[in-house]
Amino acid sequence: MATGVDERPVRIVDAPLAPPAENLGLLSVFKRRYLLKLLVQREISGRYSNSILGVFWSYINPLTQFCVYWLFMGKIMGADKGMDNYPVHLFAGLVIVHFFTETFGAGTRSLLGNKGLLKKMAMPKEMFPVASMLVSLYHLVPATLILVVVCVLSGWKPSWETVPSFLLALGIVMALGTALALVFSLANVFFRDFGSAVNILTNYIRFGVPMMYPFSMIEGFLGDKSWIYLLNPISEAVLLFQQAFWVGVTSDPEQTAAEHLPDHLWSWGLGAFGVSLVLLVIAQLVFSKYENKIPERLT
Amino acid sequence: MSADSIVVDGVTKNFTLRYHRSIKDITVAKMKGRAVSNTFKALDDITFTIKQGESVGLMGLNGSGKSTLLKLISGVMRPDQGVVKTRGQIAGLIATGAGFHPQLSGRENIFLNAAIYGLSAEETAEIYDDVVKFAELGDHLNSPVGNYSSGQYSRLGFSVAVHIDSDIFLADEVLAVGDKPFKKKCMEKMEEIRDSGRTVVYVSHAAGSVKRMCDRVICLEKGRLVFDGDVDEGIEYLHYGEDDAKGSAKLKSLEAADSALGAEV
Repeated sequence: MATGVDERPVRIVDAPLAPPAENLGLLSVFKRRYLLKLLVQREISGRYSNSILGVFWSYINPLTQFCVYWLFMGKIMGADKGMDNYPVHLFAGLVIVHFFTETFGAGTRSLLGNKGLLKKMAMPKEMFPVASMLVSLYHLVPATLILVVVCVLSGWKPSWETVPSFLLALGIVMALGTALALVFSLANVFFRDFGSAVNILTNYIRFGVPMMYPFSMIEGFLGDKSWIYLLNPISEAVLLFQQAFWVGVTSDPEQTAAEHLPDHLWSWGLGAFGVSLVLLVIAQLVFSKYENKIPERLT
Repeated sequence: MSADSIVVDGVTKNFTLRYHRSIKDITVAKMKGRAVSNTFKALDDITFTIKQGESVGLMGLNGSGKSTLLKLISGVMRPDQGVVKTRGQIAGLIATGAGFHPQLSGRENIFLNAAIYGLSAEETAEIYDDVVKFAELGDHLNSPVGNYSSGQYSRLGFSVAVHIDSDIFLADEVLAVGDKPFKKKCMEKMEEIRDSGRTVVYVSHAAGSVKRMCDRVICLEKGRLVFDGDVDEGIEYLHYGEDDAKGSAKLKSLEAADSALGAEV
């Protein structure tokens, strides 16, 4: 027979009576950095598991895009007319755009892909979209190194603007990418349509930023209304990358900046970062509202 | 009197039974005047309190809401109405398996699982050897858990859960898939947990093991709490003893409970 409850020692628990697994959203994610680290490691090894080329897919993808855009957009369509060192312009844009699309795509799939854990264990669900963003950030490192090597070989003259532009561009994409990953991963649990929609959006993003063509082309087309184009924070991130890398490899950097970059790029960039942070807060609020329903909808 | 360990107050959880997922389905359903989705109450206004150190058996037929209740207590799900409050660290298994990642090896999953419970790398390293020894998985520990049999899977999950220094231990039909020697070992381990003054919530259909483990039984029926009290009366209430002729004869002694454990837990 079971021993009576009165005969057993009673453990004194020095903790308050609280809802189990209380979640402070992204704050909880940063409090539990060790778990986040394990999840990031898992995703790095898992994202290309069972593939022979493995992590090289992270480079093959942008590399093939580079070749296609360079040949068709640059050479055949003539987008590179009047541009100094078009390949670097294209490559710099690709690196930051790929960081964004990879975060967006993998982040959107992140909750569904981890349903085994989510259905059984209590943890902050924001962990998964954030981990996807960090894995993409990790993949950005070698791509950036290649970009720097290419720049140096092309006679790069970095300026004081290089590092701050680079960091601000990363900040914009990290905040915006995480915000979108949070909302879309959640939406994807309820309606799988969102996973497909991401692919379409990704395509528009590639054409909607000054990567295959210079910003001056948009200015020529939209004139005074070029600000509409700059409402997209990814445009600022790409322009900041051009300021960091491409401008320094042209024969006359000051002339290039004046001709191909918008006026007040710093203000636009800081504004885009601010907007991305606001979107991140909104995304967190939406996520917190509906995450309750995630475990039962993961089938 | 010891402190409250688990407080469940007026908890209701609704599930949607079926969704019309596409626009076409929704349109057709609307035109024919059918419901677009229908919900049912998996748990309906459940209220009880468990004191620290109590060992409670949660019983009921399949689909009566036992696992849902355990998910709410563990924090995997949140109630639609009412409040669930717990005190201290929770560990345990829900529906036979732990949350593992199929691509990761057993070893990596031990660390991931422990991290989800809130352990640091050092704390995990301290319990690691005991976890491995208890799970008895041998060389399989280095292969992905996706290749494990269901028995191996739950062995590993149970082993991690029991080695967490939890204040509340949840066990949901943990013994359903293990082989007989392992079941015996699990039962002993759970008694050890209970005897150390930790709160235990044990879900089982086996009257014998509930009788051996628990000093209180809560019965659910179609999402409602229908019985809360003495173990023998609870088992009687569910007619488990009568339904299972083999079981009722054996329930009279401790040895009987033991063999029931091996036979039909």
